Amino acid sequence: MKNSISQIKKALIEKKISVCELYDEYLAKAKSCNNNSFNLVIDRENNISSINDSQNRYDNGNPLPLDGIPLGIKDLFCTKGIRTTASSKILSNFIPNYESFVTQQLLNDGSIFIGKNNCDEFAMGSSNETSYFGPVINPWKNKNSQKDNLVPGGSSGGSAAAVAEGSCVASMGTDTGGSIRQPASLCGIVGLKPTFGSCSRWGIVAFASSLDQAGPLTNCVEDAAYVLNSINKHDFNDSTSSNHQREDYLVDINNSFEKKIKIGIPSDYLEDVSDDILNQIDNTKKALSKHGIEFVDVKFKTTEHALSTYYILAPAEASSNLARYDGIRYGVREDGESLDDIYLNSRTKGFGDEVTRRILIGAYVLSAGYYDAYYRQAQKVRRLIKNDFQRILNEVDFILTPTTPNEAFKIGDKLDPISMYKNDIYTVPTSLAGLPGISIPSGLSKNGLPLGVQFIGNYFEEKSLLQLAALAEKELSFNE
Amino acid sequence: MSNNWEMVIGLEVHAQLKTSSKLFSSSPNQFGSEPNENVNFIDSGMPGMLPVMNFGCIEMAIKTGYALNFKINKHSVFERKNYFYPDLPQGYQISQFEFPILSEGYINIESGDDQKKIRIERAHLEQDAGKSIHDIDPKYSFIDLNRVGTPLLEIVSYPDLSSADEVINYISSLRQLLMYIDVCDGNMQEGSLRADVNLSVRKKGQELGTRCEIKNLNSFKFIKQAIEYEFQRQINIIDGGGEIEQNTMLFDTSTGETRAMRSKEFSHDYRYFPDPDLLPVNLSQEQIDKIKPLVGELPQDKLNKYIDNYNLDKDIAKIIIAEKQNANLFEKMISESTVKPKFIAAWLVGDIFAFIKENNLEVNSLNDKTKDITDLLRLISDDVISNKAGKEILPRVLNGEGKPSELVKELGLEQVSDSGELEKIIDEALVGEEQNILKFQGGSDRVLGYFVGKCLKATKGKGNPKLINKILLERLKK
Repeated sequence: MKNSISQIKKALIEKKISVCELYDEYLAKAKSCNNNSFNLVIDRENNISSINDSQNRYDNGNPLPLDGIPLGIKDLFCTKGIRTTASSKILSNFIPNYESFVTQQLLNDGSIFIGKNNCDEFAMGSSNETSYFGPVINPWKNKNSQKDNLVPGGSSGGSAAAVAEGSCVASMGTDTGGSIRQPASLCGIVGLKPTFGSCSRWGIVAFASSLDQAGPLTNCVEDAAYVLNSINKHDFNDSTSSNHQREDYLVDINNSFEKKIKIGIPSDYLEDVSDDILNQIDNTKKALSKHGIEFVDVKFKTTEHALSTYYILAPAEASSNLARYDGIRYGVREDGESLDDIYLNSRTKGFGDEVTRRILIGAYVLSAGYYDAYYRQAQKVRRLIKNDFQRILNEVDFILTPTTPNEAFKIGDKLDPISMYKNDIYTVPTSLAGLPGISIPSGLSKNGLPLGVQFIGNYFEEKSLLQLAALAEKELSFNE
Repeated sequence: MSNNWEMVIGLEVHAQLKTSSKLFSSSPNQFGSEPNENVNFIDSGMPGMLPVMNFGCIEMAIKTGYALNFKINKHSVFERKNYFYPDLPQGYQISQFEFPILSEGYINIESGDDQKKIRIERAHLEQDAGKSIHDIDPKYSFIDLNRVGTPLLEIVSYPDLSSADEVINYISSLRQLLMYIDVCDGNMQEGSLRADVNLSVRKKGQELGTRCEIKNLNSFKFIKQAIEYEFQRQINIIDGGGEIEQNTMLFDTSTGETRAMRSKEFSHDYRYFPDPDLLPVNLSQEQIDKIKPLVGELPQDKLNKYIDNYNLDKDIAKIIIAEKQNANLFEKMISESTVKPKFIAAWLVGDIFAFIKENNLEVNSLNDKTKDITDLLRLISDDVISNKAGKEILPRVLNGEGKPSELVKELGLEQVSDSGELEKIIDEALVGEEQNILKFQGGSDRVLGYFVGKCLKATKGKGNPKLINKILLERLKK
C-alpha cells in the first residue's frame, strides 16, 4: 500500500523524511519509469526554491495543506513557464505565460509539481493512445499474458499510470466523459470527477466546455479529499464556476453516516456485462450492506441515448474550442502559399486522427440543415438525461455503477472508434448530467487486473460522496 | 429611366459601445493605442482562457432599448459564430443569434416634410474583430488585435428605407440617440459607427427583389455614393435582361463603385451554437427598470421643451439638439443666467457656432466659458453695449482674453444711454438742419435715418440707437 498524503505529511512533520528527500524519491521514480506517463518531467532546479520554502514551513511548524506533496499534472493544465502541449503536435512548443486556476491553488497550498502527465490528444480518447507523444503503458499486467502492454485508460492515462506506479503522490486530471474515472479504474486507483462548476476551468485547454471538469487521481479516497479541498473554489474568471459555499471534505471522511443511506443500482447498466464486472457490483453491495446501507434497483429511461448525445455535444463544442489552434499566434505553424494553406497545413499536420475526426463530426452536427436534427436534439436529450438522474436521486442518496465495461486492454487492441467510445458508457451519463462521480478500486478481474466501481452523488454533494467512497474503500481494498 | 424603380433598403448598424473595458475581457476599450497594446490572454485566444461578461455592456444595451423603443428581453443568449480569420484569434466571434437582448423597436426619421417610422427588427451584443493591415509591407500582412473583443451593438432595421437620404437620416438619428444616451461616441471616422447596407430594387408596387449587402461603410458620403451606385447597377442588370445575384459587396472608395466580395453559394456557414463558456443572460424586471432613469432626456423631448417652454423657432431648436453637447452648452447657459433663452439660442447658433467652426473647436471646450458668454449676452440685451459691439467682443471672450465688462471698458464700447447727454448731442446735430426737419415733417421717413446716423457718428457709435431714435422723434415732431 502506497503512502497516503496524511502519512507523508506525518513523516515530514516528524522529520522522518525531508521535503527534498521525498521529492527526489518521486523524481527518481518518474525518471526511471519507462511507461511514458510524463510528457515532461520538470527540472529539479526549477523546484528547489519551492522545496526549500516548503521545508521551512515544516521547520517552523506551519505547513500548508499540501506542503511538499509531489504531484503530477495532466498536460492539459496551463502551467506558467512550463511547456503545455495537450499531448498534441500543434501545441508541442507552447509555453504558457500563465498558471491555470486549479494548479495555482495546488501551488498556493505548497505542493510540488513533478511534471506534466501524458494524456490523449486534447483529452480525446479512452486509452491514451491518441497522444502525439505515444501511448502510456499501464503498470498492471494481465497475469495470464504478462508480456502484453496494456493501456492505462484515458484520457488522463498518464496521470493514472503515474499515481499507480508511484512517480507522484496524486495527479490532477480532467474528466469530460469519464477521463478521470475510467483510467483510475483501469489502473486500480481512485478518481474523482466533481460536480460541473466546482473547480474552475480557467487555464485548462478546453475540450468540451459544458462537460470538462478538473479532478484528482489518487491512491486513496482521503487523498482525493485533500486535493479537492485545495482546488474546489469559486473563480470569478470562469462564468460557469459555482459560487456555493464549499465544505471541508476531510472533516467527516472517516465517520459513518448518521442517517440511513439508500443506494440505487441501475439494472439497465448491468445487462450484457461480464461476470468480472458483475462481481464488482456484488462485492461492493455486500461490503456496504454490512454497514446497514440499503440497496434498491433503479431504472433509467435514457441510458441508451447517452453515448450518442455525448458524441454529438462534445465534438460540437470541441470543433469550436479547437478553432484557435491555427498556427498563427502560437503553436506549430506549417508553411503554405496562402493564408488558407497555412491553416490547412498547420491543422492537418498538427492534429491527430481522433481529434480531426471529432472536429469533423462537431462541424457537421452544427452545420446549416443538420443543427436541429443533431445538436438541438442532443441538447434536448441531455435535459432528459439530467431529469432522469434527478428523478432517481429523489428516491436514493447515491447511485452505484461499474466504472468501465471491461478491464485494461492491450495497446492497439481497440482500433475501431465506436468500440472505444463504448468504454465510457457508464461515465458519460453522469458527465452529461453534470453530477459528481467517483471511481474506487473494487477488486481484480480473472486476469488479475484492477476494476473499479463508480458512486454518483447529487450536485455539490462531494462531501457525503467521499464519505461513502471511503467507507467502501475500507472493505474493498485489494493487495497488488 | 429609373423613374418607375424604387429601392428597398434595410440596414445593419454596428455601434461600438463606450465601455472602459471589452465585452468579455478586462482589456481597455480605447481607440488610438499602439498596435496590440490593449490585448490580454483572452483577447489573443490563448489556450484555456475564458470570457467573463462585462455587465456594463448589458446596461448600455438596455439604455438603447429604451431610447429606440425596443422590447427589452429578459432572456438572451451569447452564441459562437465560427469562422477562421487571423484577426479573429478565438476562431469564433461571440455574438447573440437566436435570442438577442433587444427586439422589435423603431425610430421616427424625417422624410421630406414628413416623419417616417422605421421599424427595427433587433439589436444584439457582439464582439468586434481585430484589424488586418495589408498595405504596410508587400509580402506580409499585419494584425492589430486592439479592437478584438470591443463591444458592439448591432442594430438591424427592417427594409423600411427607400432612399439614400432616408438612410442618412436614419443613421444620423441613430447616431444622435446613441450619443445622447452616452453609449457610443458616434465617431464614424474611427469606426465607432459602421453600417452594412442591404439593397434591392423593384418596380413600384411589385414584390421585393433579390438583395445585395454592401459591407462596412463608415461615412455618410460613402453610404450615399454606394447606395446610388448599387441602385443603378441593379437596375442596369435587370433592364439588360439579367438577374440579381445575392452577393456580398464591397464599396471601393477610390472608384465609387461596388464590387462583389462573395456570392451566396460561397457564403459562410457560421455554425452558431450557444457559447458553453457563458451562462444565458437572465435579467429581472428590477434590473431593467433600474436603468430607465439613466436614459435621460432624448432629442425629441428637448426639441419639444425648447419650442414650448423657451419659445425657440423650430429650426434653431433643431440645430441645438442635433448634438448632445450643443444642448448641454445651451442648457448650462440658461441655468446660469436670466438672459432670455431665445436670445441665448440666437447667439449660440449664430456667432458662437461660427467661432467654433472657424477655430476647429469642440463645443465642449466652451463649457467653462458659459458664465462669461451669458454675462456678455446680458450686457447686449440690457443695451449696455450695442449688438455690433457684442459681436466685436465675443471672440475675445471665447478666447478667454478677459471678462466681458472689463473688455467693454477697455475697448470703450459702452453705450451712451444717458438721455440728458444724448439730448444735448441731438440738439447740436439738429442745428442748421431746418430744411431736413421740414422734409421729415412733410412725411419723408428717410430723413429720420439720416439724423440717427448723424447722431451715432457724433457719439462715435456708442450712442444707444433705440434711445436716439426715441429722442429724435420727440424733437422732430415738435
